[in-house]
Amino acid sequence: MAASSLQSLNPTFSQTLASPNTSPPSFRSPFLRFNSSSTPKPLSTRSSSSLIARSAAEPQERKTFHGLCYVVGDNIDTDQIIPAEFLTLVPSNPDEYEKLGSYALIGLPASYKDRFVQPGEMKTKYSIIIGGENFGCGSSREHAPVCLGAAGAKAVVAQSYARIFFRNSVATGEVYPLDSEVRVCDECKTGDVATVELREGDSVLINHTTGKEYKLKPIGDAGPVIDAGSDPLSCLPNSQNPRFVEPGEIISKYSI
Amino acid sequence: MASSVISSSPFVCKSPAKGQKDLGFSSFRKPSQISIHGCQRKSISRKIVSVMAPQRSSSTSGSVKTGMTMTEKILAKAAEKSQVVPGDNIWVNVDVLMTHDVCGPGAFGIFKREFGDNAKVVLNLAIKILSLLAFSLIVIVTSTLKVWDSEKIVVIPDHYIFTTDKRANRNVDIMREHCREQNIKYFYDITDLGDFRANPDYKGVCHVALAQEGHCRPGEVLLGTDSHTCTAGAFGQFATGIGNTDAGFVLGTGKILLKVPPTMRFILDGEMPSYLQAKDLILQIIGEISVAGATYKTMEFSGTTIESLTMEERMTLCNMVVEAGGKNGVIPPDATTFNYVENRTSVPFQPVYSDANASFVADYRFDVSKLEPVVAKPHSPDNRALARECKDVKIDRVYIGSCTGGKTEDFMAAAKLFHAAGKQVKVPTFLVPATQKVWMDVYALPVPGAGGKTCAQIFEEAGCDTPTSPSCGACLGGPADTYARLNEPQVCVSTTNRNFPGRMGHKEGQIYLASPYTAAASALTGHVTDPREFLQ
Repeated sequence: MAASSLQSLNPTFSQTLASPNTSPPSFRSPFLRFNSSSTPKPLSTRSSSSLIARSAAEPQERKTFHGLCYVVGDNIDTDQIIPAEFLTLVPSNPDEYEKLGSYALIGLPASYKDRFVQPGEMKTKYSIIIGGENFGCGSSREHAPVCLGAAGAKAVVAQSYARIFFRNSVATGEVYPLDSEVRVCDECKTGDVATVELREGDSVLINHTTGKEYKLKPIGDAGPVIDAGSDPLSCLPNSQNPRFVEPGEIISKYSI
Repeated sequence: MASSVISSSPFVCKSPAKGQKDLGFSSFRKPSQISIHGCQRKSISRKIVSVMAPQRSSSTSGSVKTGMTMTEKILAKAAEKSQVVPGDNIWVNVDVLMTHDVCGPGAFGIFKREFGDNAKVVLNLAIKILSLLAFSLIVIVTSTLKVWDSEKIVVIPDHYIFTTDKRANRNVDIMREHCREQNIKYFYDITDLGDFRANPDYKGVCHVALAQEGHCRPGEVLLGTDSHTCTAGAFGQFATGIGNTDAGFVLGTGKILLKVPPTMRFILDGEMPSYLQAKDLILQIIGEISVAGATYKTMEFSGTTIESLTMEERMTLCNMVVEAGGKNGVIPPDATTFNYVENRTSVPFQPVYSDANASFVADYRFDVSKLEPVVAKPHSPDNRALARECKDVKIDRVYIGSCTGGKTEDFMAAAKLFHAAGKQVKVPTFLVPATQKVWMDVYALPVPGAGGKTCAQIFEEAGCDTPTSPSCGACLGGPADTYARLNEPQVCVSTTNRNFPGRMGHKEGQIYLASPYTAAASALTGHVTDPREFLQ
């Protein structure tokens, strides 16, 4: 699980990929590496030519999610995502992690006729959550992105996010927080079949039910961080080597 | 559009008692051009002027040092850099990490998993030394060196305490085990749930306890696994909420990766009317900029009104910064701050102030003398309305408590209004002191102008419920047996911080966020009521 080495905490900042790291060091240190000889540049000044260099170096990574959409509105706060009474469940405990998933979005008002997780079920049938503005506002609790991921959601496509939710999503790797450029929540309905394709340079949401396609803002450097957290194969078996990522590092596959 | 430009009153920086290096001051210059940042605002008020400061260009390549805001300075110092600009991703040294019963088990669980079973949290000077090295290679010695500092972590059980919920009780036990194992110095434990007073270490609501126990100091970086950690910004420090994973990382390393936020400045001038409180100010602001108006930004509060506020009022103001989406809130420290802090800690601190030539991404000014008591109607903290315009709203209960509105001065204010009115409440009125200390103040301190009566006496005479055991209580609903939880679709006026659907329990509950004065006034009439009905 990669955390804290977030290349892109603010989705509204322009995102370009960092320069490629050609050979990872032979071990990981739990400490941070301070390249005080060269001050890390802010993301916006990194050249886009490094993007091309990287894609030449290794095959283009493409991530695809396909499934049903669940559509919500604006300002879905963390209490609607996971009501506070369920916060006694500790996410790092596997049994309780699963239970958290069963309560995902249970706080939505009765006006939402379709429940995200059917009563009695542990998992959701919806892979993609479509939201409006300020998704995930409210509490800093990780239980919010965790319960969505535990329930089986793969990605959220929203117009904008609250910062703590976005950060926690990346840190935990539970769901991909993707930004749409238009109000997708007005054009999609719960139950629509959709595909989210994450590609370098352009990512899209394809609604197969309506036939419409929507451009998404690139996940940028947050992508590999989420991958490291969500892909069990990239998890380090050795507990001595933490999975935390350092700044400027692209993780395609952890080789340790 | 109407805009009243108030004649410039520069923020005068008073010379504090203790060593303060950087006596920068931020004088508000009248810009030659005013451009209204229209897209952020829903309605234009005559009482304020919103100005968009010109975007400054990055000066990272220049030799001229750019002025920095308070937040930029605090983060630069914590990252051991001489200069940062908004947008920079930097590694920041953490001074204090706070966690509680809800997120502590998760944070420590992640820490243990990531840093090894035998990891211990101890002070590691190597980190400081190595950060000076030009080369970045660091050798692992043994797993016991995956450490940070057992004296910089503050564990405060406060959320689900006085409940029979077994998991909630277990979480406090889990924290006890972690603290024992890691030798955590500050663990405000509770073992006897039947009588909070039998627990000498127990404090209560984390954000109030942090302040009362002297963990908040100007110039520092304080993180907490709770969104209202931003409360501590009242002390002129960088304070924000983080999740379990980030906290787990901090536990192991004492550092966090942060993106430097740009600062929105809010200048509040004018004499605070006797019926107005900090809660009204922040609800006014959130209503102005919306629940996402400050997303990823710092909210810096200054002006003559701010200078006149007590520490607890400043805490109320910064507490709800997160409700506007803000990353952190900050208030320039002054004599009031130093007085409070120096009475509670001997740890030295270094206050910082925004440079005169710092850049702000937005400027808002308020003439506070013209403001009126407001509420946030269901179901959003930015659903602002004048209290007097809601007088037809019938209510079922009143809740006075939480980090936002459950401090000593909040109860004093409510008591003052009850005393002035001399009437009985018409609806159940729940009182939840934030901490043990607040509870004791409620029972011991005489209310000014009440002939020696304490808050508790006045509350009893007014027919309020007996002040209950201190904790976060029903602010966020909680387990089913939480005191004052909204278990039915009722209307509640509350001094808490959020009113999204289901916040206090029942999904159809209607919560009106208000100041303690407004809450007390509403209790007396059984309707949402402007406190001027009883205070003038």
